[in-house]
Amino acid sequence: MNPEFEHLYQALSKVDGYIYPNEIELSWSILIVLYPYITGLVAGAFILASLERVFNVKSLKPTYVIALLTAFAFMLVATMPLIFHLGKPFRAWEIMITPHLTSAMAIFGFVYLWYLMVVLLLEIWFDYRADMVVWSKEATGLKKWLYKAFSLGITDISPESRKWDNKLGYVVTVIGIPSAFLLHGYVGFIFGSIKANPWWSTVMMPVIFLFSAMVSGIALVMLVFMVINYIRKQKIDMICLDTIAKYLFYIIIIDFTLESLDQIHRLYEAEESFEIISLLMSGKLFVTLLIFQVFFGMIVPLITLGTLQFYKPKEKVRQFIYLIIGLLVLFGIFFMRWNVVIGGQLFSKSFYGFTSFKLSLIGSEGFLMASIWLIVPFIILAFLLWLFPPWKKIHEENIMVE
Amino acid sequence: MKNTKENPSRRNFIKKTGITLGSLLVSSALPPFNAVLFAANKPTGKGIWYGIGIDIEKCIGCGNCAKTCKIENDVPPEPFFFRSWVEQYTIKNDGTIKVESPNGGIDGFTQSVPDNEIEKSFFVPKMCNHCYKSPCVQVCPVGATFESPEGVVLVDEKYCIGCRYCVQACPYGCRYIHPTKHVVDKCTLCYHRLKKGLNPACMENCPTKARISGDLNDPESEISKFIRIKNVYVLKPHLNTGSKLYYNALNQEVR
Amino acid sequence: MPIQLKRLLILGVVLFSVFLLLKYLMTPDSFGQYGHYRGKALEEVASLPAKYVGSNICNDCHDSIVTIKNEGTHSGIACESCHGPGFKHIEDPENEKMVRPGTREFCAHCHAFNKARPGRAITQQNIKEHNPGDKCAECHNPHQPQL
Repeated sequence: MNPEFEHLYQALSKVDGYIYPNEIELSWSILIVLYPYITGLVAGAFILASLERVFNVKSLKPTYVIALLTAFAFMLVATMPLIFHLGKPFRAWEIMITPHLTSAMAIFGFVYLWYLMVVLLLEIWFDYRADMVVWSKEATGLKKWLYKAFSLGITDISPESRKWDNKLGYVVTVIGIPSAFLLHGYVGFIFGSIKANPWWSTVMMPVIFLFSAMVSGIALVMLVFMVINYIRKQKIDMICLDTIAKYLFYIIIIDFTLESLDQIHRLYEAEESFEIISLLMSGKLFVTLLIFQVFFGMIVPLITLGTLQFYKPKEKVRQFIYLIIGLLVLFGIFFMRWNVVIGGQLFSKSFYGFTSFKLSLIGSEGFLMASIWLIVPFIILAFLLWLFPPWKKIHEENIMVE
Repeated sequence: MKNTKENPSRRNFIKKTGITLGSLLVSSALPPFNAVLFAANKPTGKGIWYGIGIDIEKCIGCGNCAKTCKIENDVPPEPFFFRSWVEQYTIKNDGTIKVESPNGGIDGFTQSVPDNEIEKSFFVPKMCNHCYKSPCVQVCPVGATFESPEGVVLVDEKYCIGCRYCVQACPYGCRYIHPTKHVVDKCTLCYHRLKKGLNPACMENCPTKARISGDLNDPESEISKFIRIKNVYVLKPHLNTGSKLYYNALNQEVR
Repeated sequence: MPIQLKRLLILGVVLFSVFLLLKYLMTPDSFGQYGHYRGKALEEVASLPAKYVGSNICNDCHDSIVTIKNEGTHSGIACESCHGPGFKHIEDPENEKMVRPGTREFCAHCHAFNKARPGRAITQQNIKEHNPGDKCAECHNPHQPQL
């Protein structure tokens, strides 16, 4: 027996019922679970930032820049899981050169570049431009040249030019909101438009993806904000933190409602795929769906944050609760992506059986590889915070146009 | 903070955005950008257009088709990669359905349920349906899988990036990832044989001639007569894939 | 126009032009010929070699066997169905021989009793009880098996 196929022979022995012979191995593995998770964090963090800028929620001001930088750090990494997953990664350029416009996946390259360059990069640029000009004069060595290069050689920081920074930044944010919806919505559409797979094929998929993205993004920014303040030994702005938690609570309610609606609808209509999907949810997905995603990822945060709206314990206790809830939410949303991607491939399209999935530790689609793509964005974020420290900003540009 | 001085430029901005978005919406209906209306395509009716017919009443489950296909097309011999395979359906008296396909049927079948428990039993050969509204072609992001002018769905193995979106989109489970080439592979209706005037290999070697293919645009071809005379069905018709694989005497339990 | 916007627009136009240039250079030549795919792919698939040559080719040399076969119940079965692909044999008939199956299992492959086999399509036999141990070919000529 060829050792290369040993894991497949093992999977063959674990087949439950009947599957089409080609369905033995899952085509989309943990890297494809990661990609919507990462872009979800990006879109969610950006929506939180835009809450402050466009919808004028003043109490969130301390997190504005942090949210943007977090979104940017994760966005830089977002393509990596996809490229590493491809059978022929060196042909990845084809998706930009000859995109097949009937495929939702074809817009990936363009939406990604648009969001990275035009929305995120520009918004950060407009916000930091005046500061970069000032810092380039004070700094030395590498930092000095980085600031000079990024400010595109412009040295004008007059109030007139700063007003333009503000206006243009505002326009970018406004464009950024539908762009964020497109960035993550198209991923939901990639799954939602596959009529062959009833676990994926639902109108709700892009919407559910979007709202769970917002939940994860807000939780991430909340955690990053808490960690930064802890490292810098600063007293944390509790009004800001409480506001973030409040928005997190609202969005979790919406997300939970949407996901429940999807399931209730499925239960009620009980069409052809109902039996196999019920077996899937009560069997192979019991732990990851009902316990990890629903109970720990949704129910516990909902009850906790809901209680906190009425009963407010001491600051230290609240901070600890937010920390735990933030981690639980991030954990739960990761498993939401897992359940969609992996769950949809565990049952056969014949509806007559199940295959199995084993996550390996090493290898191009292993646990270690996946962990790298989750750790690298934090390293990038640390670098960005070193290069563009929000607490050393001189010019507060992100105010509404007067 | 609204400012009356900003209103004219805001109105202007909204107007410009509206025109841009409106024109994008309209242009998305034009043929080169006809992304949303893919499955509403209609065939042209010109030239040769291949269809497939499989007669369940003739299939004896010998697995010759699956074996021949693997040899003809250099498909890896392991039981995880099939361009064509045969399934054995056993519907028991209590209503439960048992489906088997040991090594795709290449090694033959044994009867696993005793005679007295069987209500109905039959073989179903499977292969790519060469759909003309193919969901696999619709979702390929780069144009590596396509429908040839003769109606055969092919994969360009030099262009495929191995994203596996088509594998997910095929409702019939026809596609697999080649273990060494790392691109998608599937039944080509033996396009290389069709172009040489030969029959697809599986059809050539079927001992009971349960599998046929031919020109759907020719009313006198074997396949056209098959469709006219027999009661033909396609798999999963509710998905509107435009499947051109017509089964005679297909049971409703078959997926 | 403020200087930031000017510089950004210039940068944007430059990057977009680079993209258009790359698109022109990197799109494969035959792309779009028949549809959204490389037209050359059709020739590439069509040029693959055929391994099963077809019974007509066998008839050129083995016409005596084919005549016998045409009078029997196996007349509709292609030669290569049982004997394997013929492309090597026709190039080098002396050294590359076809497969000559002869075991009971081989015949049982099609003829063993199985409730899923349609009775009208093929005669079925209980392999365990029908002359166990003997080779099928001792009584049945594979090219004209009816007795």
